[in-house]
Amino acid sequence: MDGMFDPSRRNSGDGPGRALPRVDGLAKVTGSAPYAGDFALPDMLYGVVVSSRIARGRITGYDLDAALAVPGVERIYTCLDRPRMPASAHRWRDMVGPPGRPFRPLYDTRILYAGQPVALVIAREFEIARDAAARVGVRYEAEAHATKLERYLDQAYVPPKKREGIPPPAEPRGDAERAFAEADCRIVGEYVSPAEYHNPIELFGSLAWWEGGQLKVYDKTQGAAATAQYLASVFGLGVDEVQVTSPFVGGAFGSALRPQYQLFLAAMAARDLDAPVRVQLTRPQMFSFGYRPRTRQRVGIGTDASGSLRAITHDAIAGTSVFEDYQEAVVNWAGKLYACDNVRTGYELVKLNLYSPQDTRAPGAALGLYALEAAIDEMAHASGVDPVAFRLANDSDRDRDMDLPYTSKALRSALEQGAAAFGWNERSPTPRGTRDGHTLIGHGMASGVWDAMQMQASAVATLRADGRLEVGSATADMGTGMYTVMVQVAADTLGLPAARITARLGDSSLPMAPLAGGSWSAASVGAAVENATLALATKLHAIAARLPDSAFVGSRFDQVAFEDGELRLRAAPERAIRLEALLAASGDDAITATAKAAPDPASQKRWARNTHGAQFVEVGVDEELGVVQVRRVVAAIAAGRIINPLTARSQIIGGVVMGIGMALHEEAMLDDRLGRMVNRNLGEYHVPAHADIPPIEVIFVDEPDPEVNQLGVKGLGEIGIVGTAAAVANAIFNATGRRVRELPITLDKLI
Amino acid sequence: MRSFGYARAGSLAEAIAARAAGATPIAGGTNLIDLMKLDVARPDRLLDLNGLDLRGIEIGPEGARIGALVSNADLAAHQQIAARYPLLASALLAGATGQLRNAATTGGNLMQRTRCYYFNEADTPCNKRSPGAGCVAIGGVTRIHAILGASEHCIAVHPSDMCVALAALDAQVIAEGPAGERAIPASAFHRLPGDTPERDNTLGDDEIITAVTLPAEGFADHYSYLKLRDRLSYAFALVSVAAALRIEDGRIAEARLALGGVAHKPWRDQEAEAALIGREPTRAAFADAAAIVLAPARAQGSGPEGNAFKIDLARRAIIRAFDQAARRTPQSQTHKQVA
Repeated sequence: MDGMFDPSRRNSGDGPGRALPRVDGLAKVTGSAPYAGDFALPDMLYGVVVSSRIARGRITGYDLDAALAVPGVERIYTCLDRPRMPASAHRWRDMVGPPGRPFRPLYDTRILYAGQPVALVIAREFEIARDAAARVGVRYEAEAHATKLERYLDQAYVPPKKREGIPPPAEPRGDAERAFAEADCRIVGEYVSPAEYHNPIELFGSLAWWEGGQLKVYDKTQGAAATAQYLASVFGLGVDEVQVTSPFVGGAFGSALRPQYQLFLAAMAARDLDAPVRVQLTRPQMFSFGYRPRTRQRVGIGTDASGSLRAITHDAIAGTSVFEDYQEAVVNWAGKLYACDNVRTGYELVKLNLYSPQDTRAPGAALGLYALEAAIDEMAHASGVDPVAFRLANDSDRDRDMDLPYTSKALRSALEQGAAAFGWNERSPTPRGTRDGHTLIGHGMASGVWDAMQMQASAVATLRADGRLEVGSATADMGTGMYTVMVQVAADTLGLPAARITARLGDSSLPMAPLAGGSWSAASVGAAVENATLALATKLHAIAARLPDSAFVGSRFDQVAFEDGELRLRAAPERAIRLEALLAASGDDAITATAKAAPDPASQKRWARNTHGAQFVEVGVDEELGVVQVRRVVAAIAAGRIINPLTARSQIIGGVVMGIGMALHEEAMLDDRLGRMVNRNLGEYHVPAHADIPPIEVIFVDEPDPEVNQLGVKGLGEIGIVGTAAAVANAIFNATGRRVRELPITLDKLI
Repeated sequence: MRSFGYARAGSLAEAIAARAAGATPIAGGTNLIDLMKLDVARPDRLLDLNGLDLRGIEIGPEGARIGALVSNADLAAHQQIAARYPLLASALLAGATGQLRNAATTGGNLMQRTRCYYFNEADTPCNKRSPGAGCVAIGGVTRIHAILGASEHCIAVHPSDMCVALAALDAQVIAEGPAGERAIPASAFHRLPGDTPERDNTLGDDEIITAVTLPAEGFADHYSYLKLRDRLSYAFALVSVAAALRIEDGRIAEARLALGGVAHKPWRDQEAEAALIGREPTRAAFADAAAIVLAPARAQGSGPEGNAFKIDLARRAIIRAFDQAARRTPQSQTHKQVA
């Protein structure tokens, strides 16, 4: 913005590539960004949910007198006393629900899991509702429950109906069992990981009200449009009769991909009582819905004498609910990541009296790459090959499962640059080889992989008379940086500074966007914003070309440029018109264009699309006490084009922190006798504290990729966590000589 | 959380009278409010002590007197406390988080309830919540539970770090009631569960804690507070050790040892301390002391859900903490690597 015109420059400087501080940062740190639970309406009522204490059985009755006697209580809904609701499962489907019958809050007396909502208390004040909720008596007839995965492994089954959008295990290639048996060197490892809950800091809450037959909602959601569709289906409305607003989301990690029960309950009560109703969940109730399921994995690997992979088997058994077959791609990565002719994978479920699991940051891959990359480390160690060299030697330049080349795969660069930055070659390859007093120091690494997906999305762009641009799409920003990405893409196309652009999202009345998950939002919504702003640019050029005495008369679109708030002729940049002047000349208050963007189906068939990473971790382990301290991390990421180095780095750091938590801290403690988790708070459900997190160096390796999608971006939401837990576990092995194959690696497993 | 009454105490006499009449004192509220939200604590009336003049710290040659309302943060940061009683400052800094320490008070820290997953689950049987209801923790997930002094009625542990240091330092809890002021030795303030686990401590139902006093000896030369937990900050102790030594002519002249996270109270063992007197400060001597302390230790269960590991962990932690104390390399609470 120095005023100098550079004909080679196509943007204002705030476009992709610039480390623009996130545009919503000030609002967030000053507390002015409103989250779902911050909205209030006059005469709003408050709902508090009562949760089931048993895991399986039947409600035989309620004792409501004490609760109803609390002054200010308006109504108590129970499964015996609630408005009509649809029975049919298809009416309750949401965008990402797995096969089965979606949960219906307060539908009937059957208890399917502990924590199930069994009553909703509505009162004039939140405190009154909470008080009365504590006084609601529920009588149960308990039945024997099944909650501990290990007790029912003999009942594991292959899910008969596949979950849409989730690939089942790939067809076997070669003969993995035989190749394994014939391998020169082999290892088998069993890896166990506990249930993990998302625990975003913002608790789930919804405010619903009905206005002229329309349902309006403030919700915590990763997809306002998907939530609106769900509500329309459940309440028998047209999609245009529901408006869902969710401008800010205080972390989600997948937990807000599906509508949670407080949303339906708020809308149900609001309609029944003809008043705005807010239902806010508590921290313990954050353990009453989706989570990353407890999973047991078995990985077998065989190599020939030179350390080349000959066989991989990868099998997983995970828990699911009794009402849905939740599925994720746990075992689908070995065949992609590595060059190996004999691969066989398997994935089975066990029905438990718990709520359905739910996509949790890097669903499937966080689990699968933990086991796979820990096993690869075991294999490299057993065959006497350096773990980085082992991965480089067995790298595949094709997705062997799909038998397609990659649009790009700079994993080798990530491995090499990560190793160089980390000083990998200075590590002792021998376990227990480095020590500082009582502290054994170890170094470990792992590769990561995730999909680089694009979904169809739409966006709108509007230029106003004051020269401000607004772009909008019904996507979400859970801290991912989506607001900033939208602004930067628009800044690029229309040559405007970020300060003159406003992004809008989290509103179902905006153009359709997919759920914000899967790391696809930057590619999908970014492309839609680019197309919408390009469409707007075309309109602006057309206006310019129609102006009398305009330099643009007769010009083609490819002969002009949008730069520094002006439309310019490329050949004669001094022949320019400011966008405000163009708008004034048009006679309109605003000019709007809407566009969609979709993946190119031909390209999707020809190429595999993945993002990759390499994680390097140094740990210190106290030899006597088992205390583990992660001392430093280098995360080298190959994710195509980086739109914003600042928010991109934050995404990776966040993923790495979660990966450290997965390795060392997170564990929902199940009491199988009670059939429920017993550490349902952030004091006892441990996520990393600041003291647990060392300096994290993030490297984005160069990976130009015009083929992957129109922006060349691959997405960053997931890749930071993938492989991190394995890298920590591998570093602990290098430090101590001990393979701990059950997460989290707490000190009792090391003493 | 249920509705409750609230009153602010204008004077100590007023506070004592209100407490005797059944009001529940609140100071920082960092524990009580949580328990109220979980419907574990259901006080009818809260008595806010924050208006009382109990915020002074006095230090002289004969010892120190710490007002009950001094915050954990202020106490830890007090220069003379940190210099004369670094074991106490270190234990305070090992506890909770900066935000919690800003709100938590000296008296409130003494009065915090318990650490047990099941105590927090208001709809499960718990003798501490509902005497006679039974203990559902026994036979459950007991990884965090007691290895010393538990009973068939309760296996919960006391969560405090500060109180472990107070027990080791021979502090006294000053309480005032209708009959006047009395001093309770810190190691006798908390109690074992026995068959009345609903009683955490020996404070009378009509008494208010006004201060904590410390004797002159602060063991500033040889001390360490070593806390082992499931993450490096903001987690309760699986095992913590307050270790202090007075070393004369290369031999131990006086020793103090208290454990946290292992029992219903800070666990002080004077027999183990006595066994160290006259010995050289070696790992072998510390191992002998650890063996004495842990001789009565009993696990609730083995495997990842049990707490058998805590016995061995405590042994190792005792040796290390004494070793740190002897070498004058006390455990840092800012740099988390164990020295």
